[in-house]
Amino acid sequence: MLEHLELFFKSIFIDNMVFAVFLGMCSYLAVSKKVATAVGLGAAVIFVLAVTVPLNWLLDQYLLRDGALVWLGPEYADYDLGFLSFILFIATIATMVQLVEIVVEKFSPALYNSLGIFLPLIAVNCAILGGSLFMQSREIATFGLALNYGISSGIGWFLAILAIAAIREKIRYSNVPAPLRGLGITFIITGLMGIGFQSFGGMLTGGGDSVAPVEETTAKKEEAKEDEEKKKKDEMASNAVSYTDINTNE
Amino acid sequence: MALLSKKDTNLILDPLADNNPITIQVLGICSALAITAELKASVVMALSVIFVLGVGNVVISFMRNMIPNKIRIIVQLIVVATLVIIVDQVLKAFAYELSKTLSVFVGLIITNCIIMGRFEAFALGNGPWKAFLDGIGNALGYGVILIIVGFFRELLGSGTLFGFKVLGDPVTKTGLYATGYENNGFMIIPPAALIVVGIIIWLQRSKNRALIEEN
Repeated sequence: MLEHLELFFKSIFIDNMVFAVFLGMCSYLAVSKKVATAVGLGAAVIFVLAVTVPLNWLLDQYLLRDGALVWLGPEYADYDLGFLSFILFIATIATMVQLVEIVVEKFSPALYNSLGIFLPLIAVNCAILGGSLFMQSREIATFGLALNYGISSGIGWFLAILAIAAIREKIRYSNVPAPLRGLGITFIITGLMGIGFQSFGGMLTGGGDSVAPVEETTAKKEEAKEDEEKKKKDEMASNAVSYTDINTNE
Repeated sequence: MALLSKKDTNLILDPLADNNPITIQVLGICSALAITAELKASVVMALSVIFVLGVGNVVISFMRNMIPNKIRIIVQLIVVATLVIIVDQVLKAFAYELSKTLSVFVGLIITNCIIMGRFEAFALGNGPWKAFLDGIGNALGYGVILIIVGFFRELLGSGTLFGFKVLGDPVTKTGLYATGYENNGFMIIPPAALIVVGIIIWLQRSKNRALIEEN
């Protein structure tokens, strides 16, 4: 139970798909202009990750990894089909996305209308393939943990796109330097949010590659906290500016 | 350029600046940012993408009249995945350390939006030679940004380039470090890549104001 909780929070906050490993950035930047569409895409990502990661875990466990074919008989024990994982994973993802689209269209037209346009986009979202590849390289041990990993990293991605969409809706009222408008400022905000998310790194010490000495982590934590506070202040300041802008405009 | 007509030259040169895949078209950011902390990894990543996109564009262009429209995404994915497997195996064989550094990001070339984007937008509607040039051009445009980001992050973050200590030794305090210069640890952490790209976009758009977005 404890390892489930740990993995859950770790994949949402510490190894956040967007802020820590930059996966799914393309759709993250392209579809984050409005909160409503961002929610639709985020929900679709959670759903598809929750389906494909456990499925690819089964494939990895019983087909791809070194000696995985041993269930066919002892003479198959030497086979290592690991090099096929890219093609197999992406084929699974593409078919699952297609299948999910068909099923959702048939049984829940309302959901299809809100989710449907995003589903084809998702087949080529790096967060989905990244989820499966990280599941493989981090050697997630059980089916349950793989399911957990899929769902929680989906939630992490969902939170990230929701946050950036909300900020982008607000920032329209701010006086951003013209060359930075749109893409540029979104990059920089994402960078700042990423620094903020680094502060979660001190939350769990068990998961990292090397357990940092306690003093160092607390120091880091404080540093990150300061950053976050500064960021918050900056945000507040910029909000204040933006409101005065509106007032003067009116 | 006797070999290339003017139009063909533009296919290569446009994506390098005014139609850059990363800063203008917003494609292929996914696998680009995480590996730019070192210049070497950036260069290898850029070369891999040049290979995959150049060859992939030609393959798709040859098959463009045979692919049924409905399943074209899956066909494209299979073509990319095959090429990426080749890259991955070559890296594992000849540059094992580097392939460990790049880890899953080699595999993520498959879902690099530049590749699918160029297949959809160009290779499906043009002949192989043009598609090849377009692929090389866009991959170069991607590589240029990657190398710029990698250059600054490695130089400012660790004081090295390709692993060589170009600014002196930070431990024994030689070179620039003798004057009290310190490495900027901020450049090593992943979010710095985003900020560096943001600054590149800023510079590019202040040079060429036609690119500025309407909010």
